[in-house]
Amino acid sequence: MHELAITQSILDIALKEAHAAGATKITRVNVVIGELSGAVADCVQFYFDFLTKDSAAEGAMLNFKMVPTVLKCRGCSTEFSPQDTAWACPNCQSTSVEVLAGRDCFVESIEVEG
Amino acid sequence: MTRKIQVLKDITSANDAIAAQNQELLGKHHILALNVMSSPGAGKTSLILNTIARLRSKLSIAVIEGDIASKVDADKIGKEGIPVVQINTGGGCSLEATMVSSALPRLPLEKTDVLFIENVGNLVCPATFALGEHKKLVIASIPEGDDKPTKYPIMFAEADVVVVNKLDLLPYVDFDLVHFRKVVKGLNPDVQIFEVSCKTGEGLDAWCSWLANEVGSR
Repeated sequence: MHELAITQSILDIALKEAHAAGATKITRVNVVIGELSGAVADCVQFYFDFLTKDSAAEGAMLNFKMVPTVLKCRGCSTEFSPQDTAWACPNCQSTSVEVLAGRDCFVESIEVEG
Repeated sequence: MTRKIQVLKDITSANDAIAAQNQELLGKHHILALNVMSSPGAGKTSLILNTIARLRSKLSIAVIEGDIASKVDADKIGKEGIPVVQINTGGGCSLEATMVSSALPRLPLEKTDVLFIENVGNLVCPATFALGEHKKLVIASIPEGDDKPTKYPIMFAEADVVVVNKLDLLPYVDFDLVHFRKVVKGLNPDVQIFEVSCKTGEGLDAWCSWLANEVGSR
């Protein structure tokens, strides 16, 4: 639901990096989105097309790398990707788990011209 | 010629930088700031009002109210003679650090011990944006059902304190407190859990003494 803020932030980061590198045009922005980050890729894409108008990133491709959730059981240390929202360890059924991956949301790289 | 530039910058980095400034400013004034989060209607404002009633003789409390629209909550706090700033996000689903940084100069920071930052009612988005708080307080309420930690795990995994409100409704609702505690502790073994009723006052003394103790230890 906060994709507008997220997209603005992606664009700000990309424009700043491109400017610092002396580039005039951004052709691609590579973003990593964790399954638990709360960001919905389709919404980010929608806002991106809107926000990039008349900027150095106009027409740039937005590429998402989705990172699945990985949990670690605190009881038996099994690492697993949950198949549903129950978050129970497939080995010992414990629900005492810590999140190892899936929370990230960052700009990995940009591709530029000029 | 196209070239690739490695960035590796977190999307919340700009927000986090402002949150860190807020936290530094609050720290300078020895203020304990709590980011108060819950679904709409779980009792954020009620818990703040009840805490004010019990602790105002011992602690100076200030409040930032975050809502999509209206100043209904700020009016309730203001009526108690407590310093309050209302932020309207205008549709935004969460407070962000920059909104808090513009509200802080409007509060008497030098005279404040505890700052409640009441976020927009929402169990998803507020987990993404740090505001500069020292503690994340999540309120769950009995009528919402005991499955909220399962449905919104990140919010409960991030919390420092969980307050279960509306305990007076337990006889009328299928809410399994033992199950709720187990799931929350599973996600977050170090979390403090309090069970209260803002209606009857049950459990509020334990919550208030924890809070007063946190302020005292700063």
